[in-house]
Amino acid sequence: MAVNAVLENSDLVLVAFGYTLLLFVLAGIGSLLLGSLLAALRVGPVSIMRRSVSVYVTLIRNTPLLVILIFFRIAGPKVGLRFDFVDVTIGEINLNAVFTACLVGLTVYTSAFVCEALRSGINAVPVGQAEAARAIGLTFGGAMGQVILPQAFRASLPPLTSVQIALLKNTTVAGAVGVFEAFARMRSLTNDYTTQTYGIFLAFAVIFVVLVEIVSFLSLRLERRWKVAR
Amino acid sequence: MSSQSVLFDAPGPRTVARHRVYSVVTVVALVALLGLVVWRLAVTGQLEYRLWEPFVTPRYIEALLVDGVLTTLSMAGAAVLGAVVFGLVFGLGKISHRRWISGPSFVVVEFFRAVPVLLLMIAVFFSWGITRGDSGAYWSVVVALTAYNGAVLAEVFRAGIAAVPKGQGEAAFAVGMSRTQVTWIILLPQAVKIMLPALISQCVVAVKDTSLGYAVAAPGLTTIGRGIYQGFQNQVPTVIVLAGLYILINLALTVLATWVQRKFVGENNPIALQTVDSGRAV
Repeated sequence: MAVNAVLENSDLVLVAFGYTLLLFVLAGIGSLLLGSLLAALRVGPVSIMRRSVSVYVTLIRNTPLLVILIFFRIAGPKVGLRFDFVDVTIGEINLNAVFTACLVGLTVYTSAFVCEALRSGINAVPVGQAEAARAIGLTFGGAMGQVILPQAFRASLPPLTSVQIALLKNTTVAGAVGVFEAFARMRSLTNDYTTQTYGIFLAFAVIFVVLVEIVSFLSLRLERRWKVAR
Repeated sequence: MSSQSVLFDAPGPRTVARHRVYSVVTVVALVALLGLVVWRLAVTGQLEYRLWEPFVTPRYIEALLVDGVLTTLSMAGAAVLGAVVFGLVFGLGKISHRRWISGPSFVVVEFFRAVPVLLLMIAVFFSWGITRGDSGAYWSVVVALTAYNGAVLAEVFRAGIAAVPKGQGEAAFAVGMSRTQVTWIILLPQAVKIMLPALISQCVVAVKDTSLGYAVAAPGLTTIGRGIYQGFQNQVPTVIVLAGLYILINLALTVLATWVQRKFVGENNPIALQTVDSGRAV
C-alpha cells in the first residue's frame, strides 16, 4: 500500500500534528487578542495611533511569513531577542526556543490580518448602533468594548475564519525553519520512502483538508447561533 | 482620516487635551522603541560597516536584483499566468450545469485551497524536480503556486461572473444565444473587468509565496538572502534588506491594483468586498 510509510510511523505523524495544532491554537488565540487591540487603535480617535497601526499592518502584510519567521528564529538571537527561557515538554512534544520564536512570528503575522478583518467588520456595524452608544454617554472605550466590537466580531466571522484557516496552513512554514511539525515530518518521510511520495502527500493533505473542514464547520455553527441572537 | 468618524464624538476641550496626552505618550513610546532597536543593533555590533558591506557591493546588489528580485518576479508571473488558466477552467467548471464537470471541479478547487502550498511543493519536488537541479526546484515552486492560486482564482472567477448584473445574461438568452455564448461573449468580458483588482492582489500573495521555494532550495530572493547571511553572518541586515525589497515590490503591485480599481471598476467592487485578504501565505 502506498501509505505504508505513514501507517508505520503513525506515532511520529501524530506528534507532528500535535506541534501543528499547538502552533495553530496558541498563535490563533494570540493573534485574535493582538489583532483586536490593533483594530481598536486603528479606528480610534488618536490619529498618531491610527497611523502607526496602519504602518505596522502595511509592513507586515507585505512581508513574506518566511522572512518574518527567519527574523525571529535566526536574526533575532543576534540582537538579543531570545526565547530560550521557554523549555516545556508535554509528552513527546518539546516546546523550546525554536517553537516559541515561530509561535511569536506566526502571531505577529496573523494579527495584522485579524486587524484588517475586524476593521471590515467594524465598518459593517450599523451607524445607528455607534450613534446610540454615544447618545447614552459611552466613551470611545465603552462603545468599542460593549457595543461595536461584539457586533464587529459577529459580522467579521467569515473573514476571521479565513484568516485562522490560513494560519492553520501557515504553521507549515515553521517546519521550514526547524519545528518538527507536519510539513517537516512529511519531508523527512518522503526522503526516507522515495517510492511512496504521492501516498505520503495524499495522507498528509487529507488530514489538512479534514482539519480545515473542522474549523469551517465550527465557524459555521457559531455563525448560525449568532445570527439567531441578532 | 478627514471625515469625522461615527465611532466617537467631535472632541470637546477636555477630550482634546486628553488626546494630546495620548499622542505625546504614543510618540514617546514609539521613539523609545526605535531607540531601543537602534541601541540593541549598536550594542550587538549589527551596525558595523562590515555586515552591511554586501549591500553596497555591486556583485551582491546584482545577485539580489537579478537572481533575487527578477527570478522571484518571473516565478510569481509564471504561477499567476498558470493560475489564471487553472482558475478559468475550474471556475467555469464549478458553475457548469453538467454534473460530471461541476462535481470534479468542486473537489479539485476545495482540495487545493485546503492543502498547504509547502506540502504540494515538496511532493512535486521529490517526485519530479529533485533530479532536475535548479530548474526542477524552480518549476516545483511554480506548479505548487499555480495549483493553490488557481484554486483561489477559480472562486474569484465564479464570484466575478455572479457579480455581472443578472439582466445581462437574461438579455443574451432572450436574443437566442447559447449558454456557452452567453458565458464567453457576455459574462466573462464584463466579469474580467470587475475581477482585475482581485487578480492583481493575488499577485502579491504569489510574490510572497515564492519565498517558500527556500524549502526546496529554489532560486529567488529569500534563497539569495540565505546565501548572503550564511557567508557573512549578517543575519539582521539581510533580513531587513529582504523585507524591504519584498515590501517595495508588493506596495508597487498594491498601487497598481488601486489604480486599476479606480480606472476600470469604480468604488463599489463586489469582489473586493467579498474577498478580504486573509493572508494565506500558504
